[in-house]
Amino acid sequence: MKIVVPVKRVIDANVKVRLKADGSAVDSDNAKMSMNPFDEIAVEEAIRLKEAGAAGEIVAVSIGSDACQDVLRAALAMGADRALLIRTEAVLEPLAVAKLLREVVAREQPRLVICGKQSTDGDANQAGQMLAGLLGWPQATFASKLDLGTDGATVTREIDGGLEIIAVTLPAVVTTDLRLNSPRYTTLPNIMKAKKKPLDVVALDEFGVDTRPRLTTLGLAEPAARSAGVRVADVAELLAKLKNEAKVI
Amino acid sequence: MTALIIAEHDNGSLKSATANTIAAARQLGVEIHVLVAGSACSAAAEQAARLRGVGKVLMADARHYEGGLAENLAALIVSLAPSYSHVLAPATTFGKNVLPRVAAQLDVGQVSDIVEVLAPDTFVRPIYAGNVLAKVRSDDPIKVITVRATAFEATGQGGTAPIDTIAPGPDLGMSRLLERELTHSSRPELTEAKIVVSGGRGLQSGENFKLLETLADRLGAAIGASRAAVDSGFVPNDYQVGQTGKIVAPQLYIAVGISGAIQHLAGMKGSKVIVAINKDPEAPIFQVADYGLTADLFQAVPELISALGQ
Repeated sequence: MKIVVPVKRVIDANVKVRLKADGSAVDSDNAKMSMNPFDEIAVEEAIRLKEAGAAGEIVAVSIGSDACQDVLRAALAMGADRALLIRTEAVLEPLAVAKLLREVVAREQPRLVICGKQSTDGDANQAGQMLAGLLGWPQATFASKLDLGTDGATVTREIDGGLEIIAVTLPAVVTTDLRLNSPRYTTLPNIMKAKKKPLDVVALDEFGVDTRPRLTTLGLAEPAARSAGVRVADVAELLAKLKNEAKVI
Repeated sequence: MTALIIAEHDNGSLKSATANTIAAARQLGVEIHVLVAGSACSAAAEQAARLRGVGKVLMADARHYEGGLAENLAALIVSLAPSYSHVLAPATTFGKNVLPRVAAQLDVGQVSDIVEVLAPDTFVRPIYAGNVLAKVRSDDPIKVITVRATAFEATGQGGTAPIDTIAPGPDLGMSRLLERELTHSSRPELTEAKIVVSGGRGLQSGENFKLLETLADRLGAAIGASRAAVDSGFVPNDYQVGQTGKIVAPQLYIAVGISGAIQHLAGMKGSKVIVAINKDPEAPIFQVADYGLTADLFQAVPELISALGQ
């Protein structure tokens, strides 16, 4: 069973982002870039399925500039077999991403697509569900456990009230939540091996997909910063402040 | 122009985030219909009909809507959507799951997790873990939107909307709910509580969370946790406050043994008053705390409990 795993290059989740001085965009100059953490979990899950004999080839896909080759190489170093970069300088919305991934699915014919549930830059939490919707496939989002059979999958999902277990038919789209697995560290030999694995680059235009934006960003702003308050000496002072000053208890 | 609100419910009752979503829709200046799709869900539909601002409730009652799974529900919403200018759902795990599927099948974009309505087509939404607020305009004919519940005060009671029963769509047979393991608690729900007591890695074990439970009960508070505490297995996943967990905005948030990673701050920095208790004076949580107490939580929390008990 072939698995497609989309991966996105984002500003590292541990970097506190700032806007450029003119407020036009997020300042990504010199910021550390990484694979979106949820996508890393998706790659790891695909590799574990392969190691367990439940999956065959794993194809990692990214969409963006040539710089995105670094996250594809990272996926290959983790254990993906092949990679595809859909090259564009445009920043695409989730709907456009889902439409491109639909074309990838048509070419690759996987039985399973594993996506990160959201990217830590856009925080949209849309692409996987949109891809499933476009394909007419079932979706198992926010997965914390995935059991793959030949005709279907049983997926434990993290929901607001706790957990939910669903059964979906295959092919399907699964999106990952944090507790699905802990991604492995890549080793130097695997990083070297990854350099020899195939990485195709295809221009976005070759897909003939309508990727025009549907949203217009009118402005960006940083939220009003919370100023650090006061340190209290002990529990008694804390309670006094909460009762008399903040009046919240 | 009319907005369709997708109600979140458990068939017997409406989830509170639905009322917050209706509040956001009321700011659009349009008529409001609410879709209650479920199985034996008339009680939930009746609750929706009593909410202020609701013009009509559409009820679709069929076994295959019981669990609110995305495939059948999205198909139903897509069939209704052409009559509407807006489709809104709460940005809960329910709404986040269903609505992007709807948007894609309508060939429109989605505006996720809005915190402000500026115009019927213009909204503010947080990106980068809430470190940037983006003002965005949707240029699509149908605006598909998820709403951050804590950013809008819930609409109240007082409505008397009619309930129209509509024909359910087919069962597409792609997904089935097998089981739900819900966390049962007598405490208030995390996203609705006036006071939240949250624990992090500093608690060291699930056993030690009992300390926070006692504190929470003294305060009538809900209990939350950092990602580190959930990943370590101290508490279940639904306790997680943060960028990818729950977003809370209580009157008082007490962070105990939480260092204050960016993704955690994203989930709680909208709280009115923040208290941090941490033995590390350099912990980033102190940078957002109104009141910081540098102390060993295993001394400070029992002291708090006993002081509150007097």
